[in-house]
Amino acid sequence: MIDSFSVAELTTHIRELIESSQTLQDVWVSGEISNFSKASSGHWYFTLKDSKAQLKCVMWRSAASQQMFPPNNGEAVLAHGYIGVYDGRGEYQLYADKLRPVGIGDLYAQFERLKQKLEAEGLFAPERKRPLPPFPRIIGVVTSADAAALQDVQNVLRRRFPLAEVLLSATPVQGADAATRIVKAIERLQETPADVLLLCRGGGSIEDLWAFNDESVARAIAASRIPVVSGVGHETDFTIADFAADLRAPTPSAAAEIATPDSADLRDAVARAQTRLGESLRAAIGQKRAALNNQAWALKQHSPQNTIRGQRQRIDDLNARLLSGQRARLTLLRTRLAGRLTTLNASSPRALLARGYALVSKSLDGARVTRAADAKPGEGLTLQFHDGELKVRVEDKDTHERYPRKLF
Amino acid sequence: MNDISALSFEAAFEELEALIGKLDGGDLGLEESVTLFERARALADHCQNLLDKAELRVKQLSDSGRVEDVS
Repeated sequence: MIDSFSVAELTTHIRELIESSQTLQDVWVSGEISNFSKASSGHWYFTLKDSKAQLKCVMWRSAASQQMFPPNNGEAVLAHGYIGVYDGRGEYQLYADKLRPVGIGDLYAQFERLKQKLEAEGLFAPERKRPLPPFPRIIGVVTSADAAALQDVQNVLRRRFPLAEVLLSATPVQGADAATRIVKAIERLQETPADVLLLCRGGGSIEDLWAFNDESVARAIAASRIPVVSGVGHETDFTIADFAADLRAPTPSAAAEIATPDSADLRDAVARAQTRLGESLRAAIGQKRAALNNQAWALKQHSPQNTIRGQRQRIDDLNARLLSGQRARLTLLRTRLAGRLTTLNASSPRALLARGYALVSKSLDGARVTRAADAKPGEGLTLQFHDGELKVRVEDKDTHERYPRKLF
Repeated sequence: MNDISALSFEAAFEELEALIGKLDGGDLGLEESVTLFERARALADHCQNLLDKAELRVKQLSDSGRVEDVS
């Protein structure tokens, strides 16, 4: 019986050997890219080769999306990662997490140096970032006149915010003099009434995008009096221009979106405003009506009708008091009068006359005679009885001093 | 007050919001609030109208800084 492994057992053993090697788990490999393919899943598959050997490589999407650029076949690169075994195929391969083109290693270093320099200068500082106008009227677009990026921008603006006007400041976006021309295109817009500026370029290789990593472009963006939105390359591409811009959009289309309000939202906002308007006016009128009602009530309180009514009542009161007072007084008087009449009747001279007395007066002039001394003998006197008069003449006169003597 | 039909969307929208704020404030005369209301309504109509009729205009800035129409 020969001692043997199953294929799986052997493959596992080999994998364990490889995975236990420190060297193979953290390795840089240099070679030339071939058979590069980008799966729909986002993973990259390629082979690294040199004149003597080949190495299968895979780069998962998570790592691939971090790369500044996708590699091209034939390109010399430095790949970093670990060696692993794919059991299903019995193949070992490099699981790459970093990929640096050897040819542009210089560019990469340049990029980092410039980024650090400008960052240290404060060119990318958050407090430098300006807000975008809420309703841009004129949108300056710096890009190539015949690029797809311009079409993308226009399509988005047409759909989202056709109220705006596009002012294209055309410039080549790649090539030897692209950076200088981009700077000029940005500067040209400074004299126009554009209120926001989109700096756009579609996707491309790191060399294609290189003008956007130029120092003069970064400074022109920072110096722009108009806020700048950058939309350069694809989502994963970062350029110096992106850092210098007031706002970085992942793509040209996204830049157009970020820079504009959606007219559908505006339509809603206007409709809401119309509704609120009606409510406001109704509320205002309601308020006025309430105030008016208050005034009307207050007015009623002060109406002359009220005063007149009050006065009338007082008069009635006074009248009543007057009447009852008068009535009482009359009754009192009437009672008193009756009393007087009785007394009067009792002391009436007629009553005296009836009891046998007579009133004496001189016939000549009617003067009352109350004493014997008043009359002279022979004088005519009138005696008034209760039932008539007697005319008499005084015969003799006797003073009353005689009476006591006569009587005693 | 200026002619509404000549206002940009931004200006009309801003004024519309300002008028609504004023109307909500409430201490206006009745006649004044009705006048403001009517102007605000005209502004809102103008805004909708601008949105309905808007067509993106594209112009190009020449190297010398002249603005030219793009066909």
